[in-house]
Amino acid sequence: MKKELLYTISAMPYRQPIPVYGWRFGGPQRMLAVMGAIRGDEYQQMYIAARLIHRLEKLEASGALSEEAGILVVPCAAQSSMNVSRRFWPLDNTDINRMFPGYEDGETTQRLAHRVFHALQGYHWGIHLTSLYLPGDFVPHIRVMKTGWQKEDEGLDFGLPYLIIRSPRPYDTVTLNYNWQVWETHAFSLYTKENSDIDPFSAEMAVDSILRFLACHELLQAELPPGQDTISFEESRMATFYSTQAGILFPQKYPGDKVAAGEVVARILDPCTTEVREEIRSSVSGEVFFLRSARLLPEHTIVCRIIPG
Amino acid sequence: MLQEVVSAQLPVGEKLAIQKNRIAGANPEARRIAVVTGTHGDELEGQYVAWKLARLLEKKRDRLHGTVDIYPALNPLGISTIYRGLPGFDLDMNRIFPGSSTETMYEYIAQGIVQDIAGADLCIDIHASNIFLREIPQIRINEKNAQELLPLAHFLNMDFVWVHGAATVLESTLAYSLNDIGTPTLVVEMGVGMRITESYGNQLIYGIFAAMNHLGMLDEPYIPVAPPIVSTDGHVGFVNAAESGIFLPRVSHVERVEKGQTIGIISNPFTGEISEKLLSPISGMVFTLREYPLVNEGSLIARVLGGAAS
Ligand SMILES: [Zn+2]
Repeated sequence: MKKELLYTISAMPYRQPIPVYGWRFGGPQRMLAVMGAIRGDEYQQMYIAARLIHRLEKLEASGALSEEAGILVVPCAAQSSMNVSRRFWPLDNTDINRMFPGYEDGETTQRLAHRVFHALQGYHWGIHLTSLYLPGDFVPHIRVMKTGWQKEDEGLDFGLPYLIIRSPRPYDTVTLNYNWQVWETHAFSLYTKENSDIDPFSAEMAVDSILRFLACHELLQAELPPGQDTISFEESRMATFYSTQAGILFPQKYPGDKVAAGEVVARILDPCTTEVREEIRSSVSGEVFFLRSARLLPEHTIVCRIIPG
Repeated sequence: MLQEVVSAQLPVGEKLAIQKNRIAGANPEARRIAVVTGTHGDELEGQYVAWKLARLLEKKRDRLHGTVDIYPALNPLGISTIYRGLPGFDLDMNRIFPGSSTETMYEYIAQGIVQDIAGADLCIDIHASNIFLREIPQIRINEKNAQELLPLAHFLNMDFVWVHGAATVLESTLAYSLNDIGTPTLVVEMGVGMRITESYGNQLIYGIFAAMNHLGMLDEPYIPVAPPIVSTDGHVGFVNAAESGIFLPRVSHVERVEKGQTIGIISNPFTGEISEKLLSPISGMVFTLREYPLVNEGSLIARVLGGAAS
């Protein structure tokens, strides 16, 4: 293991320079890069990367890494935002994960994206531990963007419950995942349950899945909990349920729960009387994949996504 | 006449409603223009334009043909909270068009806005830069639509037309979405966030009347407007800060500068030193100038239009 200073952020007056570190394992080959928090509320993402560093350190010391393995893990590049409780860049609220591949002579967050990307470029595989713009909880899964360059079958090697295939929307073209693919890295996004909190259980599941991926590609020899038979699913084919009333959201089912057709997934209550304004029922049998974590919900908004089956 | 465009119920006893002021003259169906603003809650230059335009049109109603729809606040919650974006939502409102009825409330609202404006003969989407930069009155056009939009842009009485490259990410703006469905839409950028520059507003209103006259919507003798400078006639030089600190300008907005001239300094209040002198990369006119004094490394300080500005 080698802790390495990747770059230093000294973009803000009156704040001390912020070092961004990467932890290297194995040889100098660029086989796998794992990126943790890029946004200031991605605590879970930082924690997963930190746990991965902890586990890889022991595995490397025991000689479990193959000679081919060259791994970089960056737990956090979002200190400037994280330490002041902001999700995005403190001065102008811009999102580094909407600035890739970055621009060396551009505006602040374009420059930061450039530095992150420079550190993460040229790897055979890339895993971004990331969060959705919509606060909510997921069944842990790998997400692959359909760019034409994607290697979606490799997404099955993590052994997580689901591999979700997403068709990119315009704003996806400026994310790390998309630009990794443009520069020929096989890119995956890994989503777990939490975002601005830490869920140790799904974090460990995520770490196991990354180690399993390494083992599957013969870069690691280790006893790992067996993976699941990953179900591959197009995001657009999920059954999505919306609020047609506004109020307090009371979920009745949670990510990972099975539902039968007709079952109530969530209720929306009148915030001043608790009278039930709406019962959101699944029209399909399947598994709850995504659930909004917001307590107060307006109408016309996604409440949950269910994978039929 | 106030009309509701689209609305959605908020969690606790309030409705988010997008409204417009419809001012109809003779043959209201014949022609329609839409003047929209307030997508970014910290941009207020368009508020003056909406107000003044409504007042002047009331006086001109007997000479008006067709319909003028004025939408002063596409993002009422952002404006009321002095917040650029959509409160409680991570995406910029100008990145969720054309909207959708199957995602979130804001995307539903965005869809309602596009459907309401669709089919207009001209849409003018007024922005006011942001709180950081002051801009001369200008129109921004995606090169993809330049051929159709440039002739219309000439009527709006703005100083500058910037034809920019077609970045994929800009495909989710209101203007892109409307142009994509054949509703010609011009984006105006002028002034600075959180402030109102009445002279810029008056200049644009004059241009809106010229455009209406061109479209046959105003029974008034046509008064010609001065042609704008178009970016493709010259080129744009960027000045970004290499150091963080407090910016002090050494030129005025719209001033002509020579290559190598000091545009401003980054001062260090700790030491009394000058951390950086920012020099103009080209000779030309300072059409964008930093307004907000605090800068980070990389912050945009100025844009200089070379060539045609001389
Ligand atoms: Zn704007």
